[in-house]
Amino acid sequence: MTTTHGPEWLRAETDEGRQELTDRRDTPPHELLRETGAVLRMSEAEAARLSEEPAASDETMIINMGPQHPSTHGVLRVMLELRGEEVLRSKPVIGYLHTGMEKTGEDLTYLQGPTNVTRMDYAAPFFNELVYCMAVEELIGLELPPRAVWMRMLLCELNRMSSHFLFQATNGMDIGAISMMLYGWRERDEILQVFEKITGLRMNHNFIRVGGVAADLPDGWEDDVLRMLDAFPPRLDEYDDLLTGQPIWRERTQDVGVITAEEAVALGATGPILRSTGVPWDLRRTMPYLAYDEVDFDVVVGSYGDAFDRYAIRLNEIRESMKIVRQCVERMPTGDYRVQDKKVTPPPRSRIDESMEALIHHFKLFTEGFKVPEGEVYTVVESPRGELGCYIVSDGGPRPYRMHIRGPSFVNLQTLPHMLRGGLVADAVAAISSVDPIMGEVDR
Amino acid sequence: MTGQSVDGDPREHGLGGMPHNFFTGTLEDVVRWARQNSMWPATFGLACCALEMMAMGAAHYDVARFGMEVFRASPRQADLMIVAGRVSQKMAPVLRQVYDQMMEPKWVISMGVCASTGGMFNNYALVQGVDQIVPVDVYVPGCPPNPQTLLHGIITLHDLIRTGDIVSRREHTGAGAEVHVEASTPGEQPVAITSSR
Amino acid sequence: MTDADPPAEHESVPEENVLPMRHGVPVTEERGVAVLFPTRERYVEVVRALYDEGFRFCADLTAVDYLTHPGRALPEGVEPERFEVVVQLLSHEDRTRCRVRVQIPHDDPVIPTLWPVHPGTEAPEREAFDMFGIRFDGHPDLTRILMPEDWDGYPLRKDYAVGRIPVQFKGVPPPR
Repeated sequence: MTTTHGPEWLRAETDEGRQELTDRRDTPPHELLRETGAVLRMSEAEAARLSEEPAASDETMIINMGPQHPSTHGVLRVMLELRGEEVLRSKPVIGYLHTGMEKTGEDLTYLQGPTNVTRMDYAAPFFNELVYCMAVEELIGLELPPRAVWMRMLLCELNRMSSHFLFQATNGMDIGAISMMLYGWRERDEILQVFEKITGLRMNHNFIRVGGVAADLPDGWEDDVLRMLDAFPPRLDEYDDLLTGQPIWRERTQDVGVITAEEAVALGATGPILRSTGVPWDLRRTMPYLAYDEVDFDVVVGSYGDAFDRYAIRLNEIRESMKIVRQCVERMPTGDYRVQDKKVTPPPRSRIDESMEALIHHFKLFTEGFKVPEGEVYTVVESPRGELGCYIVSDGGPRPYRMHIRGPSFVNLQTLPHMLRGGLVADAVAAISSVDPIMGEVDR
Repeated sequence: MTGQSVDGDPREHGLGGMPHNFFTGTLEDVVRWARQNSMWPATFGLACCALEMMAMGAAHYDVARFGMEVFRASPRQADLMIVAGRVSQKMAPVLRQVYDQMMEPKWVISMGVCASTGGMFNNYALVQGVDQIVPVDVYVPGCPPNPQTLLHGIITLHDLIRTGDIVSRREHTGAGAEVHVEASTPGEQPVAITSSR
Repeated sequence: MTDADPPAEHESVPEENVLPMRHGVPVTEERGVAVLFPTRERYVEVVRALYDEGFRFCADLTAVDYLTHPGRALPEGVEPERFEVVVQLLSHEDRTRCRVRVQIPHDDPVIPTLWPVHPGTEAPEREAFDMFGIRFDGHPDLTRILMPEDWDGYPLRKDYAVGRIPVQFKGVPPPR
C-alpha cells in the first residue's frame, strides 16, 4: 500500500494505447468492423448497419476482462463493448506473456532448443518439442528408428489426453460445473505421474530430442499405462453423465460461440474449432507424420460450430487417443530409442570413461552443438489446439538463424470477436473457454 | 496459547481432549494462528507454474487441508499472491496494481524460477525476478516446481507467520523475509529452513 | 513489352536455361514444397492466384531478418534484401502446402497486406510489425501486439540485442 506513485500513475502504466478497444468515435471504420467480428466480405448496407449501432455512445460501456481474471486461461485480456449484458464489439489484447522465446531460440543450440520451445504450449509440451525436432531432423535428413517414432507417438497421445482433461476441467469450471475442475485434474495427475516415470518430469520435459528421445522406456511401463487406460472409460462416462446430457450444460454451450466453416478457414482456425464446424481436417489423418498412418483411430468432427461441439470433440478425442495409446503399447517396436549418428546424439554416459572419441563427441555436442545444413523448413503437427508449425531457417551453424513457431492458439484467437458478438457476457466466458487458448504459445 | 488441554498447546494438538472449552493466549498468537490457517491466495497464475498451482489445489495434493483452496479472484479478498509464472514487461504494471489492491497483511510467494529470477529466459521480454516489483517472502524454485515443493513453500510461510517473523521483519525493513526453499522430491527427508537474518 | 512469351500458368517454359516459373514468378522446390518468390508489387496478386488455385488456407505469415546472413541461396533474378516475409499456404483439397517469400529492403520496409485475401493474417502481420518493424499497407489495425504500446525498437531484428542481464554465475559464458 505504500507506493510512491498514485493510482493515476498505475492507470497510465497499464494503458495499452491503440492496442485497446477505444470509443466508437475514435475507431476507424474497418477496425470497427473487425471488432464486431465481420470476417468475410459483406455488402455495404450490412457493413453500415453493423458499424452504426448504437447511435449514441453513452448507451454502451467499454469494460475490461483481464489480464488477471478468474477464468483460468492465463493472461488474456478481452475488452468488451457492452450494451447491458450484450456484447457488441470485442478485442482480445495479448502480449502479457511474451517471453522472447523466438529470440532466445536463436541463442540456443539445437540440443538446447527443445527446452525453450517446450514452454510455449505448456499444456502440451511434447508437441512443441516434437515439431521442433522434426523440423531439425528434416533439415539434417535424419531417419529415425521405429522405436523412437512409436515412443514419440505414445507420449504425444498421452499428452493430448492430459491436455484435453485440462480443457474439461477449466471449461467445466468456467461454465459453472466446479466439480469438473477436481475430476479433470484427478485424471490429468495420473497421466502426469506416468510422464514422471518415463521422462523424469511432470511438465516441460525436454524429452523428445533431435534424433529420437532422451531415454528408453522404464521397465513396467506397459502395466502403468494400461492400468491407467482401464481406469479412464468409466470416468469419461461420468463426465457424460454430469455434462453432456444435462440441460443446464446444453443451454450454456449450445449455440454459443458459433462459427461457420467458411469463417473458420478464412480466419486460419485449426484443430477442434475447425472440426466443430464440420471440416474433417486433422493432420494426423490428412497429412500423416510419425506413424499415424499405421494406427487406427477416428477423427471427431462436429456440425454446429458451437461451444458444445468443441467440448464433445475434445471429450471424444480423449477416447480416440486412448485407442492409439493401446495400439502403441501392443505394437511398440524394440530397438534403439534414438538414432545412432554420433554427430547428433550424445554417447551414453558410461562410454565417456572408456572412449576418447565418445568424450570428444559429448564435449562438442554439449558446448558447441551439431551443425545443421543451410536451408529452411516448415514442419507441422496436430497439437490439441490445432496446427502447430515450426519454421526454421538455418545458416549452416549450430544454432537456428530464425526459429518461428506457428502457435495454433495465436491464430485461433482471431475468431474471438466473431464468436462473442451478439452474445451475453456469460456466453463470452463460455466461448473463450471453448477456444482453449494457452497464452504461452499465443505470446511466445 | 495454553489451554486446559491434556496435551498442551491446542495449535499443536488440536482441541480434542480438552476438559474445558476455553483457552487463553496472547492476542498476537491467536491472530497469527488465524492468519496462518486461512490464508486465501489470489489467482495470479501466469504460465506453466499455474498448472502446477492448480494441481496443488486439486484433489491429489489438496491444499484445502491448509485452508487455502479458495483462490479469490478479487485481490481485495486475498492475502497471498502466488506469482506463478514468468512476468513479462507488459504484465509488470498489472502485477503491481494487483499487489497494491491487496489489503495488509499480505504475502507474496514467488513460484518457479521465472518469477524468482527470470529463469531460463534472460532476455528483453521478462522482468528478471518479480522481486524487482513486489517484495517477496518465499521463493520456490523449480521449473515448474512440483506441487509438493510449492506446498513446502507455503508451509514455510505459515511457519514464519506463526512465529511472527514476517510481520516484525516487514515493519523494520518493508521487504520480504527472503527465505529460500530447496526443491524437495517426494520421499526425501524434510529440509531444515534457516532464514537469512 | 517485346516478343517475350507470356509466362505459363504452371511449371517451366519449354526452353533451356530458363527458370521454372509459376504465376509469373520464380519458383523452387524445397523438400517437396513449392516456394514462390514474387516481388512486392506482384505479391498480393500471386497470393490471390494461388487462392484461386486452391490454396485457401493461410497457415502462417512471418518475417526473417537476413542482416547477418546475406549470402543465402535464392533463385536467379531474385535480389536478396534485408527482410523477407514468408507466407505458408495450404490447400485442404489437394493436401499440399506452398510457401511465398517476398524480399523487403531495409530502407523501405513496407509491403501490402494480405488481409483482404486471408483475414487470418491480421494477427501474424501485427506480430511481424511488432517484432521487425515491417509495415503492412492497408492493414486495419497496425499496432504492436506482443510488446507494450510504447516500446522502442523491434526485438527480433538482428541488430537488437537479446537483453541479457549479467548474472553472477559460474558457468559457460553466453554465446554473444
